[in-house]
Amino acid sequence: MAASAAVRTSMGLTLRLSRLIPDCSTCPFYRLKSCGNSSASLQRRGSFDSFRTTNRHLQTTIGLCREEDSSTAEDPEEVVNVVYIDRSGRRIPVKAKVGDNVLYLAHKHGIPLEGACEASLACSTCHVYVSDAHFDKLPEPEEREDDMLDMAPMLQETSRLGCQIVLTPELDGIELTLPKITRNFYVDGHVPKPH
Amino acid sequence: MSACKRLLSDVKLWSFGRSRWTSRTHEGEHRKQWPPAAGKLLRSMVVRGKALLSTCPKVCVVGGGPAGFYTAQHLIKDVQVDVYERLPVPFGLVRFGVAPDHPEVKNVINTFTQTAKHSRCSFYGNVNVGKDVSVAELLRSYHAVVLSYGAEGNRSVGVPGEHLSGVYSAKDFVGWYNGLPSCRELDPDLSCDTAVVLGQGNVALDVARILLSPLDILKKTDITQPALEALAASRVRSVLIVGRRGPLQVACTIKELREMVTLPGTRPEMTPSDFEGVKDALKDLPRPRKRLTELMMKTALERPGEKEQERWNSASRVWGFRFFRSPVEVLPDAEGKKVAAVRLAVNRLEGSGEGAQAVRSGDVEDVPCGLVISSIGYKSLPIDAGVPFDSRRAIVPNSMGRVQQVLGLYCSGWLKTGPTGVIATTMNNSFDTARSLMEDMDSGKLDVSAEKPGSLRIRALLEEKGVEPVVFSDWEKIDSLEVRRGEARGKPREKLLSVEEMLAVARS
Repeated sequence: MAASAAVRTSMGLTLRLSRLIPDCSTCPFYRLKSCGNSSASLQRRGSFDSFRTTNRHLQTTIGLCREEDSSTAEDPEEVVNVVYIDRSGRRIPVKAKVGDNVLYLAHKHGIPLEGACEASLACSTCHVYVSDAHFDKLPEPEEREDDMLDMAPMLQETSRLGCQIVLTPELDGIELTLPKITRNFYVDGHVPKPH
Repeated sequence: MSACKRLLSDVKLWSFGRSRWTSRTHEGEHRKQWPPAAGKLLRSMVVRGKALLSTCPKVCVVGGGPAGFYTAQHLIKDVQVDVYERLPVPFGLVRFGVAPDHPEVKNVINTFTQTAKHSRCSFYGNVNVGKDVSVAELLRSYHAVVLSYGAEGNRSVGVPGEHLSGVYSAKDFVGWYNGLPSCRELDPDLSCDTAVVLGQGNVALDVARILLSPLDILKKTDITQPALEALAASRVRSVLIVGRRGPLQVACTIKELREMVTLPGTRPEMTPSDFEGVKDALKDLPRPRKRLTELMMKTALERPGEKEQERWNSASRVWGFRFFRSPVEVLPDAEGKKVAAVRLAVNRLEGSGEGAQAVRSGDVEDVPCGLVISSIGYKSLPIDAGVPFDSRRAIVPNSMGRVQQVLGLYCSGWLKTGPTGVIATTMNNSFDTARSLMEDMDSGKLDVSAEKPGSLRIRALLEEKGVEPVVFSDWEKIDSLEVRRGEARGKPREKLLSVEEMLAVARS
């Protein structure tokens, strides 16, 4: 269809222009999962659908992009394999690298992990469950993280705030599960939250 | 916006956007022009695209606070969303409820801003739903309407003397220091020594903290200038935070409690006997309650470390929880116009844990004070006779966000579940409602095949009434003025305090 051809052409133009970008921190496309690394896949798809719904999981939390951040690590020793498990149970494997922040890594890959306070330990929207095997390998949370975790619904033993997890080589294979938003949120005898 | 324009801007946003955003990162650089060849292709797409987008479902959200924006965020993936807000400015309690010294909590505004600027989202401020336009008219113009207008009323204490001068609801007091236009004239009298706050939730602690915070901290926040001046002249030295039950039933959370415990220039003063039996209950408590109680006990019962003892010794201000006390009357001064004391009934607890009940023991005590702030809960109000409303629970009756009696009507946020919960709770709640709505669209329960006029019709109706909406770019004028004014004073922003001022700037 002419329309999809136009889309592919315009994406190509955009991709070429994209090489000039010095840093991603103000770019909404970094957040919309249409930034450099993943736009190639959009181009391959080329269907009108990919045009209409740019991102099924509109990630609108602004993330600050670290300069060295890249989801493709060059040095195999730098690679940390991460699996995100979204709310429907779908497994999303991600190749990350040492030093990546779990919240911003999720944003980069279009995983719907909110970060309302932008990693300032003032909310609990980036709450994740860490796989048992890796939970103990994380450094102890600071008091402020524990305070905010206390506010998270459906807290479990392996709960942590994603914005506080920085990847190290020993975390290779870590699995991070997004807590389900249950319909029975207020029905299970749960105490109404303070505000 | 017509379907064509919307398609065009959609395409622009998606495939044009990066070059536009790149150029924005370089100061002063002229925006890159769209290459002519691609432009031609675009224009041919517009004609084809028009057919596609005219069937884009249209949803209206009433209320531009966290619930409204989180609901919109989830819906704009597939749907055109128009957010209507009564005030000229968006963001609701994030702007008017979150304490000035909690700026990180307000970071969520960046997320909401991005939603508002999405091509499928439009913000219309200065529109009073229920007065300027009815919910029925909205239902006619949109495929679905989501009510997210929160809780603007407050629960009354229900005791004699509640209407004396010097007695305020926390909602109004917080609105006053946060610049809510309707609270501008509050002018609370802070010349007394003692303030009593009724209620022990996070809002109560916010009020206590703002009353006792050193000026050095407050003057760097976005607290309004009149409030800052009033607090600078304040003689309030002691704040009692009163609750009808015990330490195991406080509704506040540990972050806010920790802030009180470490507040510079203050020391805590509690009644150790209030904590009898609490230690034994600790081991069975869930983690959040346990950590909170441990901190309270440490503060009330243990000797502080050396540094802390020094701070307490030099503190000029004091605060404390008063447990097992219910207000029964607000007592006036000799002239009978102003509060002079609060009469508190002494309670004992029956039962334990969350379900424990406060039962009057028969004793009363009078606490002299010059300021009473009741922080016992917000309350939603009905805004349109056409909307079902449960006045006992003060919510719109619903099942998972669906208002059963009215097809196409939904609710999210505090209006749906009652006025408790932090921003994260509201986020989950709103996503839930959005999911219900999307399910209904997918299943056909909500018929989205017919085209609806959406904002075109509503704006025409508003124009007939002489109501001019404030769009998001108008808010941005207000926003940048507030930030500029704030810079002059070393504050993140200096808020405009009246609707008239806001509208004048929006229209400029």
